[in-house]
Amino acid sequence: MMLDQFPMRQILNEEGQVIEGEQLPFSIEEVKRFYYLMLRARMLDKKSVNMQRQGRIGTYVQYEGQEAAQVGSAAALEDGDWMFPTYRDHAATLTFGHSMRNLLLNWRGRLEGGLPPEGVNIFPPAIPIASQLPHAAGAAWAEKKRGTDRVSLVYFGDGATSEGDFHEGLNFASVFQVPAVFFNQNNGFAISVPMEKQMHAKTIAQKGLGYDIPCERVDGNDITAVYTAVKEAVHRARSGGGPTLLEAVTWRYGAHTTADDPTKYRDQSESERRRETMDPLLRLERYLKHQDAWKDQWVSSLEEEISAEIEQAVEEMENYPEADISQLFDHVYDVPTWTLQEQIDEHLAVKGRNG
Amino acid sequence: MTTTVETKNLTMIQGINEALRTKLEEDDQVLVLGQDVGVNGGVFRATEGLHEQFGGERVIDTPLAESGIVGTSVGMAANGFRPVAEMQFLGFIYPAFNQIMTHVSRIRQRSMGRYTAPMVIRAPFGAGVRAPEVHSDSVEALFTHMPGVKVVVPSNAYDAKGLLISAIEDPDPVIFLEPMRCYRSSRTEVPEEKYTVKLGKAAVRREGEDISVFTWGAMTIETMKAVEQVEQEENITCDVIDLRTLYPMDKEAIAASVQKTGRALIVHEAPATGGVSSEVMAVINDTSFLYLCSPVERVCGFDTPVPVYSLENEYIPSPEKIKRAIRRSVAF
Repeated sequence: MMLDQFPMRQILNEEGQVIEGEQLPFSIEEVKRFYYLMLRARMLDKKSVNMQRQGRIGTYVQYEGQEAAQVGSAAALEDGDWMFPTYRDHAATLTFGHSMRNLLLNWRGRLEGGLPPEGVNIFPPAIPIASQLPHAAGAAWAEKKRGTDRVSLVYFGDGATSEGDFHEGLNFASVFQVPAVFFNQNNGFAISVPMEKQMHAKTIAQKGLGYDIPCERVDGNDITAVYTAVKEAVHRARSGGGPTLLEAVTWRYGAHTTADDPTKYRDQSESERRRETMDPLLRLERYLKHQDAWKDQWVSSLEEEISAEIEQAVEEMENYPEADISQLFDHVYDVPTWTLQEQIDEHLAVKGRNG
Repeated sequence: MTTTVETKNLTMIQGINEALRTKLEEDDQVLVLGQDVGVNGGVFRATEGLHEQFGGERVIDTPLAESGIVGTSVGMAANGFRPVAEMQFLGFIYPAFNQIMTHVSRIRQRSMGRYTAPMVIRAPFGAGVRAPEVHSDSVEALFTHMPGVKVVVPSNAYDAKGLLISAIEDPDPVIFLEPMRCYRSSRTEVPEEKYTVKLGKAAVRREGEDISVFTWGAMTIETMKAVEQVEQEENITCDVIDLRTLYPMDKEAIAASVQKTGRALIVHEAPATGGVSSEVMAVINDTSFLYLCSPVERVCGFDTPVPVYSLENEYIPSPEKIKRAIRRSVAF
């Protein structure tokens, strides 16, 4: 029943055709821009997985397959808006203007991963599941109190909807009608636990009914639908219409992280099948081919450009100065407490350095 | 030339109310939020009159959700506001523990200083008011063990006002614990104007020669009773130090007192094991070991849950227990 009430919004189907009754609100150039942004995200992800295998970075969290959901939602924000990612959302943060070098440094166990460029409002990726939803509601609340038109967009997965903070974040946002967009990526699995063990509900979108806020289910592999749905939610938030819950239905091809083996809990041939049928990049490729706007040369030049950008970021990451001991102690308090200062002095004395 | 400071004779709860009013008047970024803090003025009346004066946009009745209250405060604090969040009782803070441990205390470090959480979490705490189960917990040690936050416990109106203003102005998050037994147990002269009491500084409540007694919150009441009795009955005089800030603790005050008396006792109502008394002992050990004439004593709550109130008088450290520990130390 809820599946009928929450049909999956789609503009481009798997074949790359505009579905009946819809119109694609994007020019060829805009579609090509989407393709470029998703390709950039995918190439960074593949490079990162490879570097993890080579021991050049630590445990890595991959997002391959979820590019349309992340890139499409991030692209619908404006400068000055707020983004609250999880650890799997670096396609989104990259698109929203995070530094590629700092995103890579995150996987080298560096605090710089939590530091976006000046003027870009991205919180450090939240590790405790769903804990970032109340933050997004709070930051949006602050914008509302100041009377700005800035919004928050927060990412979370299907498993996060079981956590208390999911409900508390949505409820606060709903009660105070703050300009926040709750963007769920339902990739079907919380590590190994499938959706049907996570909830009896058939959709995540329907959970918004309990908060009496707009809620919608969208094909998370159709970037045109994701962008359109998020743009509408963002517009509503900016113009005083309060929060929205969006469910982007997607799939991660790979493991939960590079430390996980998905064949223990699912048949990975499903991932291979989806690569051939539902892939977000393939869908745009098909669309552009239908429009006679696809040239192999265009793609190879994009790949070349992106590879150079990634190589540059990797080089910067690998040549980045070692973490200084001071980073361990800086920013715990505004000024170190006396207990911490004594510990610092003792530590540095052992290292033969002056405090 | 002398200046007269206008004072009022206030209970601690009134001192807290004055601190909130002072900061709400002075700083538009200060917000007060929590369950029942608005129209109702708080279950203990800490926020009485504030909703009327400052309106619902600044004195906010929130949904009943501790993690949501603290989590949205993190978002607001990172985005320019200074929230003062109320937990109705410290025993109700546990749903917010994840937010405090993983975000409030470390957002500054996680973002290399880009985002901070200059916020205060107020919570009434402690036993002795015949409250229902879970309302009487005394878990200050959960927060003194949490790098990134400061922990403050006033015991009277003057300190409560000055410490709460300092806590709201502090760039770091502060857990501000208010002993319920002290809310209306005494009155103190409190300046009408704004003043601050510095965080991290203890107060000497009584001076003596034979032993140093360190305590905080409601245990200052039992401790003062006990030391007055041992002085009258046995001519044992005590330094009584109200630590007021549990993290960072006033090391100098602890050392100065122990080095004067050569003996020490710590009194707190939280369970003994892992309690803040252990940290006071560590400070004494580090600063004053060779001055000690006897082992450091402590009188604390039991390693049990804080009981329902039919048993709370058995649980709370009594003047008799405190006197016994003082005598044992002095006779060693």
